[in-house]
Amino acid sequence: MSLLIKGGRVIDPSQGLDEVLDVLVERGVIKELGKGLSAPAGVEVVDASGKCVVPGLIDMHVHLRDPGLEYKEDIITGTRAAAAGGFTSVCCMPNTKPVIDNKAIASYIINKAKSEGFCNVFPVGSITYGMNGERMSEMGELKEAGCVAVSDDGKPVVSSELMRRSLEYARGMGIMVISHAEDLSLVGEGAMNEGFTSTEIGLKGIPRVAEDIATARDVMLAEYTGSPIHIAHVSTKDSVRIIREAKARGVKVTCETAPHYFTLTDDAVRGYNTNAKMNPPLREADDVAAIKAGLKDGTIDCIATDHAPHHLDEKDIEFNEAMNGIIGLETSLPLSLALVEEGVLSLKQLVEKMSCNPSKILSIARGSLKAGSVADITLFDPAVEWTVDAEKLSSKSKNSPFIGWKVKGKAVATIVAGKLVKA
Amino acid sequence: MEFRHKDIIALRDLTKEEIELLISTAENMREINSRDIKKVPTLRGKTIINLFYEASTRTRTSFEIAGKRLSADTVNITTSSSSSTKGETLADTALNLLAMKPDIIVMRHAVSGSHYFLSKKMPNCSIINAGDGTHEHPSQGLLDMLTMKDRFGRLDGLKVAIVGDITHSRVARSNIQGLTKMGSQIFVAGPPTMVPPGVEKLGNVTSCATMKEAIQDADVVMMLRIQQERQGKTLMPNTREYSRYFGLNPVNLKFAKPDAMVMHPGPINRGVEMSSAVVDGDQSHILKQVENGVAVRMAMLYHVCGGELE
Amino acid sequence: MGEESTVILDGTGIRRALTRIAHEILERNKGAQNLVLVGIRTGGVYLAHELAKRLEEIEGGRMPVGEVDITLYRDDYKGNAVHLPVGKTDIPFHIEGGKVILVDDVLFTGRTIRAAMDAIMDHGRPASIQLAVLVDRGHRELPIRADFVGRNVPTSIKENIQVIFDESKVPLEVVLEK
Repeated sequence: MSLLIKGGRVIDPSQGLDEVLDVLVERGVIKELGKGLSAPAGVEVVDASGKCVVPGLIDMHVHLRDPGLEYKEDIITGTRAAAAGGFTSVCCMPNTKPVIDNKAIASYIINKAKSEGFCNVFPVGSITYGMNGERMSEMGELKEAGCVAVSDDGKPVVSSELMRRSLEYARGMGIMVISHAEDLSLVGEGAMNEGFTSTEIGLKGIPRVAEDIATARDVMLAEYTGSPIHIAHVSTKDSVRIIREAKARGVKVTCETAPHYFTLTDDAVRGYNTNAKMNPPLREADDVAAIKAGLKDGTIDCIATDHAPHHLDEKDIEFNEAMNGIIGLETSLPLSLALVEEGVLSLKQLVEKMSCNPSKILSIARGSLKAGSVADITLFDPAVEWTVDAEKLSSKSKNSPFIGWKVKGKAVATIVAGKLVKA
Repeated sequence: MEFRHKDIIALRDLTKEEIELLISTAENMREINSRDIKKVPTLRGKTIINLFYEASTRTRTSFEIAGKRLSADTVNITTSSSSSTKGETLADTALNLLAMKPDIIVMRHAVSGSHYFLSKKMPNCSIINAGDGTHEHPSQGLLDMLTMKDRFGRLDGLKVAIVGDITHSRVARSNIQGLTKMGSQIFVAGPPTMVPPGVEKLGNVTSCATMKEAIQDADVVMMLRIQQERQGKTLMPNTREYSRYFGLNPVNLKFAKPDAMVMHPGPINRGVEMSSAVVDGDQSHILKQVENGVAVRMAMLYHVCGGELE
Repeated sequence: MGEESTVILDGTGIRRALTRIAHEILERNKGAQNLVLVGIRTGGVYLAHELAKRLEEIEGGRMPVGEVDITLYRDDYKGNAVHLPVGKTDIPFHIEGGKVILVDDVLFTGRTIRAAMDAIMDHGRPASIQLAVLVDRGHRELPIRADFVGRNVPTSIKENIQVIFDESKVPLEVVLEK
């Protein structure tokens, strides 16, 4: 549990650092940062020259499918995929079977992750009991059990009254509400983004306004109640605008987007590719541009994957019948580094959005390399080029539209509490 | 000119020359349908499965007759329920059918794009699309174009009005794709709830605000079927108001060219999208469409089934 | 054209052969009563019209001429590859009880003639079918022989016989390509 990481480029926005330094880790804690540190006897030395050394990456939006849907993923395979992708912490969504709506399920996840997992798992409890949209779950106990937020992710809280009360109640319990913003009546039977592509290939469209209306409602409820809110998987240009304007007014709103929303458009659906089917759906070029602008100007705080593993049988079927979602843990870093290459983000901003901001938003004591912090550290090589190969992915499911892509940038070491979990 | 596709799933996938070949073959197939012995031995020994996941008497019968007139063995499988409710996936159905070694599967399915999925699962079997969701209905598009060509001797430069629910119409999509390649001009009209975004970019399409604007000086007026089950409850108040603004009757038909032809893919809701006076009138070519359907489907079966010249 | 080609029948030769065949047809059938001509697309159709002209000159009246496309009756399709375009079949008269003179340009394996006879039979039951060809090049694979032959040309299987027509579909010459 003691390591000396030598000669890496340390990028830690929490202390305004971006320079070549050595990092000494002792007993799972960061002991010291400095130049030319020497390794005490028996301490393993990791050569980080040419690599970036950053606070451990945090994916605040993943589906680990455990308990109940282990045929898609489980805590072991999911955290192994996370570690492979450079993540030291993940927040798992509550749409498991049973739903994470009570202390027992939350504890099961935390304990299993601690004993068998490869990285930290912070569960997200459900807003409503059973995610049925009718009655609040026991948010106080969920928080006590270790949940870092509540969300009914996968579906919206349809009742505005219940959403309002949930925001108020959660504020009292000191737990963040993550909104899955979607107006179901506008979505209807829609299977992809509504636009020219849906017109041409004859699939029923989901209009962007289905997301925007729900985003606007939840932002307004947060403003009215004075409660913080986090909007999950923002995909449209108008949702970015709504959040930008709300932030300017002082609303306590934060949000995230996923790599596929700044990498792909609904063109990827052509050929009825079910690995390009997700919710919210892939949008259009102007949305992609707006997402990038939102990341650049800080409107979008975080990059989270919405890692959604599905079995081949749930994807290798007719488009309308296929499940929504793609895996993302092992492709998130290179796809996000492409934004750095493109000049959309600086490396510092990237680290903020993939580590510092999620830790702040969810009050997780991570996201920093300050002496005394838990030694969650990610080492990545921004220059290495590789091809995404389904066979080599750690996730139990292979539902990714990026299989076969040539990408650049890869985690080379993932260190959780001073322990090398991936090298 | 050779037809080298294994499948016919969408007119979007075909070139102008391939569409011309199919239409030309269909023209020459008609001779078979007009004689006493309406049969040729061409597809003897071939097995065609008509796999219909949506009820359709007209299209299924037309494909069945087409197959039989080419001497193929045709088998019909009609499943009213979707695969998922029945419990067997389309992939499993495909594997089961594959074991029976069919040469052609003619499928109608409620999910757009299902035929591409089926085709990948059945690399040695030809797939013909008899309608997929709201995507395409290529045999209907081809028979419509053949019927227009019969009337005008050409498709190039024709002004074709398509009126109705464009968004949910696979007939409209196939006609737009095919007619654009053949050089026709297409004018669409319908309540804005039934006109999809970017319809102009689908081809040589002009979207019109009113029905009158679309059918003004048209050579062809094609009316689409209003399907309550597809339109749901939110796209229009009722069929009464729909027919008042988007129904074809002898009065508004006068806006089209005097010799304009009237078409409808059927089955017709008389008094909704068309008045009976127009359906049964001199300008109606609806029954000719049905007649051409068999010849067009024979041409499709003939060309996908292929055959190697020794 | 092949590497080496020789004219084996020129325009005059073709005209003479067709005129002779016309006379033979009338002689064999004791006049033009009930005769109909059916040409096999496409060369056979042109020759059928040439024969009809001569028959009309000799006997007067109008000779019915039909055309048959044998594509749908071929026996050489197999597997899944490419089908030829289908040509037009047009037999605008009743074939039932008629004496059909089936006309083709070159008689080779006999398979085309088999296909054409099947096609004709599907239009009705003729009293008889007789075969007239401009060239018989041999190499039969079916028990078929011509009733009227313009010229017998012994060929090797690798050689090719072509009847060349001008723009108004009049035969110009018969060429042997090696």
